[in-house]
Amino acid sequence: MGEEVKLLGLKRSPYSCRVEIALKVKGIEYEFIEEDLSNKSPMLLEYNSVHKKVPVLVHNGRAIAESLVILEYIDETWKDTPILPRDPYDRAMARFWVKFIDEKALHPSIDCTHSVYKACTTQDEEVIEEAYGDVEFLETELNDKRFFSGESIGLVNIVVNFVGLWLGVIQEVRGVELLNKEKFPKLCGWVDEFLGSSIVRESLPSRE
Amino acid sequence: MGVKFGPVLYIVPGDICSSTCFLTFPGFLCPSISCVSVTVTMAEEVVLLDFWPSMFGMRARLALAEKGIQYEYKEEDLVGGKSQLLLKMNPVQKKIPVLIHNGIPVSESLIVVQYIDEAWSERYQLLPSDPYQRARARFWADFIDKKVWTSGHQVRSSKGAEQEAAKVEFMDSLKLLEGELGDKPYFGGQNFGFLDIAFIPFYGWFHTYETFGNFSIEASCPKLIAWAKRCMERESVLKTLPQQHKIYDFVLHVNKMFGLH
Repeated sequence: MGEEVKLLGLKRSPYSCRVEIALKVKGIEYEFIEEDLSNKSPMLLEYNSVHKKVPVLVHNGRAIAESLVILEYIDETWKDTPILPRDPYDRAMARFWVKFIDEKALHPSIDCTHSVYKACTTQDEEVIEEAYGDVEFLETELNDKRFFSGESIGLVNIVVNFVGLWLGVIQEVRGVELLNKEKFPKLCGWVDEFLGSSIVRESLPSRE
Repeated sequence: MGVKFGPVLYIVPGDICSSTCFLTFPGFLCPSISCVSVTVTMAEEVVLLDFWPSMFGMRARLALAEKGIQYEYKEEDLVGGKSQLLLKMNPVQKKIPVLIHNGIPVSESLIVVQYIDEAWSERYQLLPSDPYQRARARFWADFIDKKVWTSGHQVRSSKGAEQEAAKVEFMDSLKLLEGELGDKPYFGGQNFGFLDIAFIPFYGWFHTYETFGNFSIEASCPKLIAWAKRCMERESVLKTLPQQHKIYDFVLHVNKMFGLH
């Protein structure tokens, strides 16, 4: 009996997409089950009884929840095409930046600074300043590398897919320009490269 | 080329030392090959920037203790003002704990603990070896940060209906953790591990939560308290965790300083 891999997810969720990208990068066959969050399936409620959220990876009947936990599990279980670097310090840095992205850009539900998200929905000068500061950190970290953490698509890049796609959409919709080419040339260059990769293009939803 | 005696070995210019010379001492002149091996003891330099009541800092201290790693502890006065070193070593978050290993900083407590586990992988293993068990440990550690810490913080800093709601969430979270523990001696199974390290620092704060919230954790989660007491029998935990009343006194002191209730 082959490996049975299912992913309970949501096409428009950046958390769900990052898992899909990881599975595709590793060449893992999986069944995608689209969840309706207004009407959660019994399967979701059973597999993620704690948070009742997507994504949930089910591998041979065992469920793993929380996207970053899933990404590490995938990397440790299917060892080809590593997502995380090998060196302990580089791994610590990758985990740090991933956490930074999630806290600063993606978590409207947690009462901590989700500055980038907030900046796209506010006119408040201070908030926008803070967001610029945070994006600045990313710009510095990217430096002159093609992707975060080197040449290949790794953990940080997969997580930062948010910046690539969603931020663009939010910016358009809200009429706010946070990520402009003048201030952050490297990050914008990265966005173009990343979205250019075919694996990423397959996994991300269309801008609509 | 040469053999190791201590962490670093330098060969004085010229000759290559035979690899069988594993008994080389500093300044020892090998009779068979003319070389002098000089050992420079460049010990691993490990510094921890921390704040004594912080449960996140305690996680780093516990991991270092379990691995038997020598380090220099540097107390940050988070109430008085952050040091230049902290701001330099963690410019992004400006928070403790920060582990500085041979001059290079690592921050975020769970990331620090995993780093310690991986950098000193030959010593006592903190995370289980099976990927699924590792995923479970990480999941519940993340749960502790998202649910237990947040609601616990609310319990001790809010009043009225807000506090009551926080108490419910706090106890529900603890019950879920108790379920995950089951009948195992530790969250790590037979061995004290990553998730035990992630959670046991909160035990130091239980008295504070109970007093501010006026409730008993043991009444609802006796197995958790039994687990905590079992952990307290470990030398690393006994030496690391401050006494519960000290944390409580600290919180009262800070509240008074900032004119909080």
